[in-house]
Amino acid sequence: MSVKILEEENRTVAVLSGEIDHHSARGIRTEIDYAVREKQPQELILDFSDVGFMDSSGIGLVMGRYKLMQELNGKVIVRNPPSHIKKVMRLSGIDRLAAISSGEEGVCRK
Amino acid sequence: MKTENEMKISFISKSENEGFARTAVSAFAALCDPCVEDIADIRTAVSEAVTNCIVHAYRGTQGIVEITARILSGNELYIRIKDKGCGIADVKQAMEPLYTSAPFEERAGLGFAVMESFMDSLSVRSEVGRGTVVTMRKRIGGKDE
Repeated sequence: MSVKILEEENRTVAVLSGEIDHHSARGIRTEIDYAVREKQPQELILDFSDVGFMDSSGIGLVMGRYKLMQELNGKVIVRNPPSHIKKVMRLSGIDRLAAISSGEEGVCRK
Repeated sequence: MKTENEMKISFISKSENEGFARTAVSAFAALCDPCVEDIADIRTAVSEAVTNCIVHAYRGTQGIVEITARILSGNELYIRIKDKGCGIADVKQAMEPLYTSAPFEERAGLGFAVMESFMDSLSVRSEVGRGTVVTMRKRIGGKDE
């Protein structure tokens, strides 16, 4: 599991790859939160394009980042989740808190 | 139902074994020719059950998680995940979506909801102080990829 943080103007992009479970979530959380607290962006993009597996620990991860971004009056966008990850997200209702975008730029609210 | 094939694994409740457990079970499940979606469902359900053992059953301690998987006649996958941890006092409450006893660790409270929705059936038997047995079943095949 790895996280690559890209700083863009007013937004932080966290490019996730590998498998997200309870074991890996803690490290991912620490890295993202460090970058967000440092930069205080208006938007946090969590890019799931290269995530091969995610269980409900990933939902906790998105929910926690949603709360953090709310403290900063910002928002969270989930980018490009593969279909089986979208299935977990839909079950959790997380799509009501974070917009799920399927393209690089366009944000489609379901 | 007749058992066509069976495997058993047991491992220490370390979080790095979550990935091992779901991979081992999905490799076994692959023997009954599932589609990609079935495998993703099985991996996710097993990951949830094993995480419960590690996060809740053996909280603050370490114990053994035991998984038995069977392929039953009619291409049905049976998975039993057993721990000898603290047990669940109120199984009904634990199974409610979004209920979690560990909100500060960013647990979403969705483990059982995921198992229930990704598998065909789920049963949870638990006794405080003795442990928990989670049993799940899923029919493989019958769907086109």
